[in-house]
Amino acid sequence: MRGHLPPIFTNATGFLPLLPLEVIARRLLSNAMAARPSFAARLGEYAGRTFAIDPVDCPFVFLIKPEGGRTDLKVVRRSVAQGYDARIAAPLVVLIGMIDGTYDGDALFFSRDLMIEGDTEAVLALRNAIENAELDPSTVLGLPKSLQGPVNRGTRMLFVQLRRLLDAPEETGPNSGAFA
Amino acid sequence: MTARLSLTLGPVLYNWPKPRWVDFYNRIADEAPVDRVCIGEVVCSKRKPFIDDVILDVVDRLERGGKEVFYATLALPTTKREVRDIGDVIQAGYMIEANDIATVHLLNGRAHVVGPFINIYNEDTLALHLKLGATRVCLPPELPLESIRTMAKGNEAVEVFAFGRPPLALSARCYAARQANMAKDSCQFICEAHSDGMDVCTLDGVPFLAVNGIQTQGYVVSTAVNHVTALAEAGVVSLRLSPQTCDMVRVAQVYRDLADGSTTPKEAGEALAVLHLPGPLSDGFLRGLPGCTAEVD
Amino acid sequence: MTTPLELVCPAGTPAGLKTAVDAGAHSVYCGYRDETNARNFPGLNFDRAEMKEAVTYAHDHGTKILIALNTFMRAGSTDLWKRGVDDAVAAGADALILADVGLVEYARKAHPKQRLHLSVQAAAATPEAIAFYRDRFGIARVVLPRVLTVEEIARLTAHAAPCETEVFVFGGLCVMAEGRCMLSSYATGKSPNMTGVCSPPSHVSYREESDALVACVGGFTVERFERGEPAGYPTLCKGRFEAQGAVSHLFEDPVSLNAVELLPRLAEIGVTAFKIEGRQRGRAYISTVVRAFRKAIDAMAAGDKVDFDELRALTEGQRETTGAYKKAWR
Repeated sequence: MRGHLPPIFTNATGFLPLLPLEVIARRLLSNAMAARPSFAARLGEYAGRTFAIDPVDCPFVFLIKPEGGRTDLKVVRRSVAQGYDARIAAPLVVLIGMIDGTYDGDALFFSRDLMIEGDTEAVLALRNAIENAELDPSTVLGLPKSLQGPVNRGTRMLFVQLRRLLDAPEETGPNSGAFA
Repeated sequence: MTARLSLTLGPVLYNWPKPRWVDFYNRIADEAPVDRVCIGEVVCSKRKPFIDDVILDVVDRLERGGKEVFYATLALPTTKREVRDIGDVIQAGYMIEANDIATVHLLNGRAHVVGPFINIYNEDTLALHLKLGATRVCLPPELPLESIRTMAKGNEAVEVFAFGRPPLALSARCYAARQANMAKDSCQFICEAHSDGMDVCTLDGVPFLAVNGIQTQGYVVSTAVNHVTALAEAGVVSLRLSPQTCDMVRVAQVYRDLADGSTTPKEAGEALAVLHLPGPLSDGFLRGLPGCTAEVD
Repeated sequence: MTTPLELVCPAGTPAGLKTAVDAGAHSVYCGYRDETNARNFPGLNFDRAEMKEAVTYAHDHGTKILIALNTFMRAGSTDLWKRGVDDAVAAGADALILADVGLVEYARKAHPKQRLHLSVQAAAATPEAIAFYRDRFGIARVVLPRVLTVEEIARLTAHAAPCETEVFVFGGLCVMAEGRCMLSSYATGKSPNMTGVCSPPSHVSYREESDALVACVGGFTVERFERGEPAGYPTLCKGRFEAQGAVSHLFEDPVSLNAVELLPRLAEIGVTAFKIEGRQRGRAYISTVVRAFRKAIDAMAAGDKVDFDELRALTEGQRETTGAYKKAWR
């Protein structure tokens, strides 16, 4: 898989406590869910499943159960990650690129930059719901309208550089400007 | 009670050598307890010339044997010549089994029957075809008993696919030729080597499908033996038996006895199982399960 | 060329629809979130309110909305499909895309003025089949099966008039005659014709097996991707099978359709609309492909040279085919 963070980063994060990360991740997720109330409806019956979002270049895994208004999120060490219905695994920058529409999930899977396991139907539902959510950095960060433009542009530029630096797959999304 | 179930012998779907084809129908004419026979090349127009010069004699023999004969038309006509050939048999005055909507158009309201290759999935579409001149309709093989029940009520026009490898798909491409690294246009009639279809297995060696030229069939042999009473009660008027290389006269006798109540489904199943069938018996489609599901008593 | 060419683009979600409209689609096709449409995948499609908003957004931008109700009505439950037709008309659809002749008859009777298209799922592959739908039900456009050659399309288009023809130019490729395939039904019990899913994800499973990724549908192993080999969705007709002792992609290689080089010829023979497959694909795919094809169509209309290299680049790295459009495919 292309786009791995350097091992030095991975090794360093291996010693960090997971609780602060979990608190931040929960915050971001609840921002996103609040901004996109139709997300759970689109997931339908699959909102009750537990998804393991697995950044393969990090030592931890996100376990997410997006049910209703009280979405459950846990960050656990990969070695103890269990009890999930489906797992989606890719380098961190690739996973982020899927959420913001930089990448086409199908294309990533075809080029094997993304791996899925378990309940295929649930993965597909999640992927389609994320597609429709059109999440951008400012929404996830819960920023006021006035900051959205500059923050989104800034983050995008940052990620473009980061992906290039990490040799991540080429961007294909509506944000990539490949055919603009 | 319910009316007597009749038996229809569907067209031979495979490319049988001419002598085998002729012998088969002669024996059906003389011995098989079927009420009607559908005859003609349904799958590939390239095979049609082989039977063209003997079909009149065969039809004659079948009619002398007391069978009602229908000319079954091509299921996927695309070329001008293929459509013209269909027009010709309509003109010639045969009773037609239509297997494609183009044939229904050409029939222009004339009485005909409909084969299992036209998509009739519900009571509305069935009623429309009856208005268009259909007098009997063989439903697509994937329909579950539940749908059949809804559709067969009160029209005495529904036939159900009751024996044979289920036809699953049609293509512009010939897979028998492709398997042998040949194009369809220069196929050398390689499909003649597969009298019950060419078996197709998964990568694990599990038998899965069967290829009959441009047609794909299931590996299993569909059977309705466990559901004949239910079908009759639902108002189904005819059972279709699709020819395989096994003893079709015996198959017809088994279904006749079953429909008449002179044998049980269990005995009928056992009688079929000892014939040289190309695959295991299945009633998955009728039960609303995957069509590959093995039959259970 | 008298009528302008129409680019017909897929949308599986409201966001996908906006993307397609913004990227330059002349028309967008989509469906309701139930078994009335042939892309009935989890998390996909539109509820009633979303569809109304979609129509408004599209019309505000001069784009047409074609609503697909292109499965076959289930016996005893035909109301679900009829309600779909009624709601699509009420939502302001520019056309309905239908496959079941029973539903076509209903739509024509209940909504005499509504424009109707015949779905590819009806597999109308001859002038006579098209005439059947055109003369009896006033079908305004027929989406042609992907089993035809360009020569056959030319003949069909000439005979179909005043009914228009629409052909697929990009995306997934059905090897079998559309709407007449029960492979999924056979392997999984879910029928493309009745449930609206092909090789349904509910029955797809992947497993890692000594360096290879093994893909199964309904428990049948249909593909094995070795390490480093590009993977694909395990569609039954594009799997690898064994026959006569040889293993091969018996039905079709895992390729997708790219008919870009045939665009000028298809336009010349009078095809009205070019269709892009992929309601299940993401916004990334939609924006890229729609933009590129729109550019090509505009160039053709202006008599300019089409940048074929750009269109070819869309499938770069993946395998593509012109499918049955060229006779050698058969």
